[in-house]
Amino acid sequence: MPTDDSTASAPHDDRRFARLRWRCRRGMLENDLILTRFLDARGEAMTEDEVAALDRLLDLSDNELWDLLSGRADPADASVRPLVASLRAA
Amino acid sequence: MSHGVGDVGKLPVRKFDALVVGAGGSGMRASLQLAEAGLSVAVLTKVFPTRSHTVAAQGGIGASLGNMSEDHWLWHMYDTIKGSDWLGDQDAIEYMCRTAPEVVYELEHFGMPFDRNADGSIYQRPFGGHSANFGEKPVQRACAAADRTGHAMLHTLYQRNVRARTQFFVEWMALDLIRDADGTVLGVVALEMETGAVMILQAKATMFATGGAGRIFAASTNAFINTGDGLGMAARAGIPLEDMEFWQFHPTGVHGAGVLITEGVRGEGGILLNCNGERFMERYAPNLKDLASRDVVSRSMDQEIKEGRGCGPNKDHVMLKLDHLGPDVILKRLPSIREIALKFANVDCIKEPIPVVPTIHYQMGGIPTNVHGQVVAPSGDDPAAVVGGFYAVGECSCVSVHGANRLGTNSLVDLLVFGRSAGNHVVGLALPGKAHRPLPKDAADRTLARLARLDSATSGESVADVAAALRTTMQAHCGVFRNQELLSEGVRQVMEVEQRVQRTAIGDKSTTFNTARVEALELDNMIETAKATVVSAEARRESRGAQARSDYPDRDDVTWLKHTLWYRDGNRLDYKPVNLKPASVEAFPPKTRTY
Repeated sequence: MPTDDSTASAPHDDRRFARLRWRCRRGMLENDLILTRFLDARGEAMTEDEVAALDRLLDLSDNELWDLLSGRADPADASVRPLVASLRAA
Repeated sequence: MSHGVGDVGKLPVRKFDALVVGAGGSGMRASLQLAEAGLSVAVLTKVFPTRSHTVAAQGGIGASLGNMSEDHWLWHMYDTIKGSDWLGDQDAIEYMCRTAPEVVYELEHFGMPFDRNADGSIYQRPFGGHSANFGEKPVQRACAAADRTGHAMLHTLYQRNVRARTQFFVEWMALDLIRDADGTVLGVVALEMETGAVMILQAKATMFATGGAGRIFAASTNAFINTGDGLGMAARAGIPLEDMEFWQFHPTGVHGAGVLITEGVRGEGGILLNCNGERFMERYAPNLKDLASRDVVSRSMDQEIKEGRGCGPNKDHVMLKLDHLGPDVILKRLPSIREIALKFANVDCIKEPIPVVPTIHYQMGGIPTNVHGQVVAPSGDDPAAVVGGFYAVGECSCVSVHGANRLGTNSLVDLLVFGRSAGNHVVGLALPGKAHRPLPKDAADRTLARLARLDSATSGESVADVAAALRTTMQAHCGVFRNQELLSEGVRQVMEVEQRVQRTAIGDKSTTFNTARVEALELDNMIETAKATVVSAEARRESRGAQARSDYPDRDDVTWLKHTLWYRDGNRLDYKPVNLKPASVEAFPPKTRTY
């Protein structure tokens, strides 16, 4: 997993973002709802780094993701912590 | 994206022995059987396999292992038939219950992390409706992996498939079934989401494992991917859909979101209240109260709401109160419930009740099949003639083992037993030595015309608006309690929505991961499922299992002990008999269903 460079915050690439939007379709309704809410509110303004971080989160299984979003577990990967905090607030 | 009608020769074609559409539990159980037998197998899926909706199954897998106390597959069979309100086919139910222990042990050998007893055997938990000795007393029959049985199962099956070299086409959507002049199924026309490319996937056997269509209702526990794609494709290809009026409701979905609040909340002492603060279940089920069966609680809630005792400004939900249990019980024994209530209902259930409504959970009907997973449809004198080259398994299929109402834990049994049995049947065809049948010239015409319309339309209805109208109509007219007036109006309104579906337009015409286009194509499938549901429900003038008609409150075995078949062509209905003859044991004749 690449380390997060917080100084690089270029606007997101549209094609990567389109792919991300589809990958927010999940096996559990709980995750669908939170991810959709977040994308609707923040999606267009997401930076390339945030898109990359969310992409990494989406590689998790639905139960692991739900544990993070519901606060039952905290992310081991420090680079996704700010994003998980935003998702929890969504 | 610029293929014209009649251009099948120009579309790329990929050939396989077998093609499975959908990578949930049933699809991957089937593909494993096929790949291990050495067939070339493609599994096509909208999302990564382990993110299929099977992941959401918590309860367990029912099988009469008898690890906790004496159990027998005949008792499981009886519970299933009774649960189905006698609409299930007894030969199929017999096969499923007899085979269930075998598929559970197989899964154990595949590495499934089942909960265990101290002696190492699989632990089995109690579950509503599971009984010993034909309803005499409860029995522990559900095999589980904590509260994540579906998740563990999907991961286990995925690993085995990778090892067996199953070829996955991830983020592909099947758009239409291809049939030749004889009606034999030859594969599908499919869309690769990453490139927007349309391709033909040709196969000697095509199997649908596309799951249910729970998203056609406004209140649904189903994930967004459950749009009934297989049902829509089958209906457009002239295949009937069976018993689509039967949908199981879960009593406690969060109002406005659908997210499930587990039955465990009421098990721990949570109670349902109407707008007067009355514990109304005491009136409907004096003994079991809030712990009565799912259908009884759902109907009672619906009646409270319909009679004006609902809560909130629109009086459209009831309250689930659990604050009296105290924070310790809620936090320790009901993990995630507080988070769910906070996130999806904006209430802290330690202090306030959670607004809930009966919520669509499972589709009992589907594409008609026999116990080998072969799709069957009436032809001449044969009510169950095999459609060549076509199979269906899992929630999209109707074997029919669930009849009018599914017994808890039988969804996972269904997809393991029939996924495997369909896989075995295809293996028995010795496909690798056989040639592919020729593709008809117009194989992709209908699909390309649909895509061309979406690509060229510059103005029209928004897909989201039309989908919302469909869901609202289905919820209002085809919900928990049904009657003639509601249903007749429901049929009329759904047919109006169908007109709107044909006038949709999308602003985004891009090719890469165009979610707007995918959603428009999904809507084409949802409308077929919705029509099948409301038309079948309107015609069935009785109450049986999950279909509750206030104007026909009783089951009518004289007229209605039969399966509905809905045809898209002409919006027409037909019926076929229920199989009441098991192969090896005596039949269970219909009797009153009481618990």
